[in-house]
Amino acid sequence: MRRISAVAALAAAGLVLTACGGGSDDGDNADAGGDNSASKVEVFTWWAAGSELTGLQALEAVFAEQHPDTEFINGAVAGGAGSAAKDLLQTRLQAGDPPDTFQAHAGMELQDYIDAGQLEDVSGLYDEFGLNEVFPQDLLDLLTVDGKIYSVPSNIHRSNVVWANPEVLEAAGVDPAAVPEDIDAWIADLQKVADSGATALSVAAPWTQVNLLETVLMADLGAEGYNGLWNGSTDWASAEVTGALEHFETLIGFTNTDRDGLDWPDATQKVIDGVAGYNVMGDWAVALFEENDIERGTGFVDFPVPGSDEQFGFLADSFTLPVGAKHAEGAKAWLETIGSLEGQVAFNKAKGSIPARTDADPSEFSEYQQTAIESYANDTIVPSLAHGAAAPVAVLNGVTDAVSKFTAGGSDLATFQSELGAAVNG
Amino acid sequence: MLAPSILLLGVFVYGFIAINFNTSFTDNHTSAQAAGGKPVSWVGFRNYLDLFADPDFQHSLRNLVVFTVVFLVGTMVIGFLWAWLLERPTKGEGVFRSIYLFPMAVSFIASGVVWRWLLNSNQGEHASGLNRLFQMVGLDFLQNPWWNNISWGVAAIALPAVWQLSGYVMALFLAGFRGVPDELREAGRMDGASEWQVYRHVVFPQLTPVALSALIIIGHMSLKSFDLIMAISKASNYQTKVPAVDMYIFKSNYDFANAAAVGGILLVIVAILVVPYLIYTSKEEGAR
Repeated sequence: MRRISAVAALAAAGLVLTACGGGSDDGDNADAGGDNSASKVEVFTWWAAGSELTGLQALEAVFAEQHPDTEFINGAVAGGAGSAAKDLLQTRLQAGDPPDTFQAHAGMELQDYIDAGQLEDVSGLYDEFGLNEVFPQDLLDLLTVDGKIYSVPSNIHRSNVVWANPEVLEAAGVDPAAVPEDIDAWIADLQKVADSGATALSVAAPWTQVNLLETVLMADLGAEGYNGLWNGSTDWASAEVTGALEHFETLIGFTNTDRDGLDWPDATQKVIDGVAGYNVMGDWAVALFEENDIERGTGFVDFPVPGSDEQFGFLADSFTLPVGAKHAEGAKAWLETIGSLEGQVAFNKAKGSIPARTDADPSEFSEYQQTAIESYANDTIVPSLAHGAAAPVAVLNGVTDAVSKFTAGGSDLATFQSELGAAVNG
Repeated sequence: MLAPSILLLGVFVYGFIAINFNTSFTDNHTSAQAAGGKPVSWVGFRNYLDLFADPDFQHSLRNLVVFTVVFLVGTMVIGFLWAWLLERPTKGEGVFRSIYLFPMAVSFIASGVVWRWLLNSNQGEHASGLNRLFQMVGLDFLQNPWWNNISWGVAAIALPAVWQLSGYVMALFLAGFRGVPDELREAGRMDGASEWQVYRHVVFPQLTPVALSALIIIGHMSLKSFDLIMAISKASNYQTKVPAVDMYIFKSNYDFANAAAVGGILLVIVAILVVPYLIYTSKEEGAR
């Protein structure tokens, strides 16, 4: 009996020890504790598969060229479209064990880290690397919080794009080349597609429904009205917002009933397979069409969500310098590569997004990317809600809950509108 | 040598429970407070009162009750029936036992991935999964939106849980059946009891402790359910929210106080279920 309890105690002690040991040694036993040196850099991302992985590998190659003395350590965490990585990151930051640099959506999503005092101001690096001259002013404004900038964007995506299958549209008597002028005109087209027996509009899980909602708000309120939703100058209880939400309700009525169980590629795949006519998704969807060897123009068409064509729904991945990074110099070297023309071109050619810099040569990119580069330069840049540019995480989660409740049939339009207002204004 | 393990348990279980409750009584709702940048103050039971007043949290609690009832009744009834069938000498009993017990070897996450597809909510032309199967065998009226029904949808997620744990309940009951001495049954038969009366008055009463254990084990598993729900649905889907999912979302929002409060509520609910059982068993042991 005594021997058993001894063994039990030892086992428990062992468990405790391993629990304490985990996490503190992540592959740098050689210089445990870190020395702020540029000997290595741990890059924490959720880019672990598909075009994101090839993009990261392209960046790694440019980094090896520009900073051959710094060892690149890939700290990618797969799963859940980044949610697994964000959870682990939260734990590591809380425990005072930050990676040397981590991926985060640019904009308000960084607010929580900034409030917690977990990020260094990198505006000095913007001067050092000359980034102020090559990033557009709209972008710099979106990145600046209280006069400081906390991250370097690696790429730009557009959130307000409609993807459509021309064959399905033609079969329903809709001209795929004609782009509807506004949401009402689009709804007329959607009705024709629905009448032909196809799913008119495909969406997936709640976050893609939020993506759809934000594009409807952009289309109906205009850039100024849409931006006002986030800075307080547009009233969430106003009649304009009610009108946009009515449009959203109509659009949801055209969607597939299994939406809540799907992820975005499943919804876009419905357009590729000819099951659905339209899909609204950010422009990373173009990679899915390319993977299926589908030609732009004949196999699929894309256009900005009707009514929002003067706006560029902006989101960006960006890299940060956490407070207490073990290899701060290595992280700065990484940020230099991220901001450099060579790094941005290599990464975005592989990932399908466009450079944040305006001095890249558009002819190096694909046909879709060239149109995105043109709108990025000419249209009004507005922040995407669904991807952390417009509001902090708690607001986004609150809006997502309200949208899920509404589309699942748990609330009426008036309740939905008041819940949205409550989620944003707290 | 028992002392160190008690000490470790004291710190790493009860100490952390105390810390959790302490957090739940504060206004630690933002990242700045979580990181220690802003002061945190004591608010007593306010987080609990706010949660119970919130219709969305009430919806989560209601979902938890629906899920638990379906899960408990399903596993108990099916597990008991299987055990009763196998209790009589059957040819190939070992094979059946393995078949019934086997789903338990699969993790909730792995089975959830398959069941997500089986429980696809599309009906009619675009149906797949079980709805498609119903169409193919001509049972169209059985098609339904599964977990996408806002009131009772969460019961559909209890189906895979029942599928996985009925075999375990069967094993418990089978052990209970085998624990009834043959002499007792013989004595019953000698007194002229029919086979049904032997079960009704001799065997079933002796299964009560087993049934209680099964109830406690399945019940507390159900209250803690998180992985299966996350594997089939998504954290943000309103129709399948339960308190454990709310806790996860609060934590992602840096709202540590509310996350801790939901954790506290779950612990109390489990305690309400488990403590009477512990008292009952300790009384039984004392009586011996």
